[in-house]
Amino acid sequence: MSLELSHGLLSKLVRASVLAVFTVLLAFPFYWMVITSFKQNVDLYTMENNPFLFNAKPTLAHLKFLFSETRFVRWLGNTAFVGIVVVAITLVLAVPAAYALARLAGRWGERLGIAIFLTYLVPPTLLFIPLSRVIAFLGLQDSLWALILAYPTFTVPFSIWLLMGFFKSIPRELEDAAMVDGLTRFGAFLKLMIPISTSGILTVVIFAFTLVTQEFVYALTFISSESNQMIGTGIPIFLVRGDVYYWGALMAACLIASLPVAFLYNLFLDRFIAGFTVGAVK
Amino acid sequence: MAVVQTRNLTKVFKEGHLGAVNNVSFETREGEFLVFLGPSGSGKTTLLRMIAGLETPTSGDILIGGQVVNHLSPRDRRIAMVFQSYALYPHLSVYKNIAFPLKAQKVPKDQHRQKVEWAAGLLGIGALLERKPRELSGGERQRVALARAIVREPAVFLLDEPLSNLDAKLRASAREELERFHRSVGTTSIYVTHDQVEAMAMGDRILVLNKGVVHQLGSPTAVYDDPADTFVATFLGSPPMNLAELNEVIVGFRPEHFLPSVNVTGETVPLRFKVENTEYLGSEWIVSGTLVGGKLDSKKVVSRLPNAQHLQLGGVYDFVVPTRTLKFFDRTSQKRVAAKDVTWQ
Amino acid sequence: MAITSAPVKSVGASQSPFLSTAMFAPAVLYILLLVGGPFLLAIFYAFSDARIGNTELHYVGLENFRSILQSPSFRIAIRNSLIFTIGSQIVVIVSANILAIALESAFRGRGFIRFLILLPWVAPISLGAIGWKWLLDSIYSVISWVLVALHFFKPFSAPMWLGEPQLAIASVLLVHSWRIIPFSTVILLAGRTAIPKDIPEAAAVDGAGFWRTQLQIVIPMMRPILSVAVLFGLIFTFTDMTVVYILTAGGPFDSTQTLPSLAFTMGIQGSDLAAGAAISLFLVPLLVILAYFMLRLARRAEVS
Repeated sequence: MSLELSHGLLSKLVRASVLAVFTVLLAFPFYWMVITSFKQNVDLYTMENNPFLFNAKPTLAHLKFLFSETRFVRWLGNTAFVGIVVVAITLVLAVPAAYALARLAGRWGERLGIAIFLTYLVPPTLLFIPLSRVIAFLGLQDSLWALILAYPTFTVPFSIWLLMGFFKSIPRELEDAAMVDGLTRFGAFLKLMIPISTSGILTVVIFAFTLVTQEFVYALTFISSESNQMIGTGIPIFLVRGDVYYWGALMAACLIASLPVAFLYNLFLDRFIAGFTVGAVK
Repeated sequence: MAVVQTRNLTKVFKEGHLGAVNNVSFETREGEFLVFLGPSGSGKTTLLRMIAGLETPTSGDILIGGQVVNHLSPRDRRIAMVFQSYALYPHLSVYKNIAFPLKAQKVPKDQHRQKVEWAAGLLGIGALLERKPRELSGGERQRVALARAIVREPAVFLLDEPLSNLDAKLRASAREELERFHRSVGTTSIYVTHDQVEAMAMGDRILVLNKGVVHQLGSPTAVYDDPADTFVATFLGSPPMNLAELNEVIVGFRPEHFLPSVNVTGETVPLRFKVENTEYLGSEWIVSGTLVGGKLDSKKVVSRLPNAQHLQLGGVYDFVVPTRTLKFFDRTSQKRVAAKDVTWQ
Repeated sequence: MAITSAPVKSVGASQSPFLSTAMFAPAVLYILLLVGGPFLLAIFYAFSDARIGNTELHYVGLENFRSILQSPSFRIAIRNSLIFTIGSQIVVIVSANILAIALESAFRGRGFIRFLILLPWVAPISLGAIGWKWLLDSIYSVISWVLVALHFFKPFSAPMWLGEPQLAIASVLLVHSWRIIPFSTVILLAGRTAIPKDIPEAAAVDGAGFWRTQLQIVIPMMRPILSVAVLFGLIFTFTDMTVVYILTAGGPFDSTQTLPSLAFTMGIQGSDLAAGAAISLFLVPLLVILAYFMLRLARRAEVS
């Protein structure tokens, strides 16, 4: 709506206030993470101090603690490793499947696609109990491979849905032209569709990776030892010693783990939205 | 019913750049169907939207019914607008679409039905009241848009290229319906189009615009037979007027006035014409080629004839232009000047 | 009416059933094995007496369900699941619509504001929750500090945001809303930009003011997108156990338990797989209802 409202100044003011209120409400916890990460413990835990000020000098002690005396770096590594492998598995399973369902299988392809999407609605909080037994049966308990095995159950369905919509938006004539030029159907897929679809595939990569970093239930259920934790579980659980919360280090860890994901997400936001709304917005 | 007037109206979108609308002043007549005609980018739509209140002018005044309305929002200007896409509310029935302006202006509910049925009756869509817009054809949608516009009995109608989304066959009948509609309600209307045929057919007067500037305001006869400058002369009429630089002036003559000499009597200018291409359109022929000999040798010209079967490609024939149909334009200002004596050879 | 030619059917659509099956078979198989299989296993466990560590398994019929339905913490869990899910969704939809309106027209710094607004959604759930745990800490909460400084409370007597049952419920509801608002906002924003510009202009010319245009024209036109946002928002909240687990661990005294968190507490922490499975199966009815609405939405999109 680009209609120039005749009551320009008032509406601008109202909009600015609305944005200010919501931005503060939504972003404040992260701002507070920043502040807390750099405040000395003395400052943090003295009741009389105004928490909005640095009553003692800012400190890097929490960061030092985090990186040298906890397994934080290891958890980052674990998450990255699981993320990369799961993304690879997701691509191998979802890209061909999405193509086949979008192009080759006709009406049944459409239906199968919807059925696959509906499995996305079967939540980890339902499957985690039986899956934990399957993992134990396979001898994968407390192993990152348990997560690598389980995570595609939610990355693949949504990726298929997203890519189906994406492939459908590419005109069929392109592949027809390629096949007239001599490529086989599969050759057209490899040499034509995949290169054209780089942005869709990139979106799937980002999306699947962020899903891995955000996951909690499986990581909590399958992994027990401290060194095998993911960041989503290691930070809330193992940065607490006994009943004592190391808030400074905790907040620093939260910040470091959240920001890269946030950047990636923002870059691909439009595609992500398209994935959710591809059916509804016509 | 009111008169729309603008005074030195200007709209600049980008600082330092030429305005979309530059210093436009004009005045409609009561009840007339005025057409804003111009190519895309000429500012005609911006001008219309400023009159509607959807864009704020950079400078200048807009008056409706003698009252300056610059600061008034669209709802307070007593205008109605028909958009290019008709902008029907897709989730409301035809009845509710037409009733919406009444609801918005807080007309008492018991009057709604009567007014909606009056408007629908005027446009012959009484049977469609319970349908949704997506179930309607293009022509039906236009009628709903018109009904929604008329139901408030506005002082001025504004129409933004409402026929351009219809396919060719439908366009002609929709155009006729619009003309009939205007005759029956008689509200002052401003109609924007880039199609000069539409403008000529529908307009009581035509405001010819280019690059935000008014070139001419006049009846169809005036802009066609008495163009104010070369832009108007070539924009109206298809194929466009033949223009040639001769001596100190630009001379122009329309293709339908460039005919074989045998068919024409009276004072004429003789021109030898080499035929290079002929197009048979069914009702007439379009013949293009070049002039041979004289000062305008090799000049490309076009002729429009009822009958050209006898003309051979590559053949050279004696053609003429009646002197009284010649138009003269100043070479620098491009504006129309009085007839001059020129030597053609 | 325009006459258009029928679209030409693409070459090869029906000529390569083998290829197409080979291409989607791995994904379908994987899903069947790792989603379908465990789902059936969950049902199986719910009717058994499975425990972690036991190798034996016996069929116990509806015993698990009977004992769960009688347990007070289960009833609280169902109640809370519904309160959190529906309550937060109401907050989310109202807030997201307002925010989407505010974000619609371009302004300087909009990209940065959008980044900030998205943070609750993109950050890992547990980390956002931990951030709130610090903000709502019973002693060191900065929110409490501000309220005391503004004299709403006496020093040291600020409420225990996560320690008193009513407040804890409110806090969990708040954190759920906080997390979902960005998601719904960006979806609604996409829906708004899809509305043709001349519709609100026509409404303005017709005499509608700002709120009438929004409530009677724009938002009704966004119904499909609104449905998507609501359905996904409901699913994400209903099936989540992380927020409760991190903020309150279900406490105080099980007052903030939800179905998923209770399933975890009993099934994994309590080693009672059968009970955990049975509790988590109670998620299915609502999910089926949501799936039905999703399908209807997809079908309607196909038709129009």
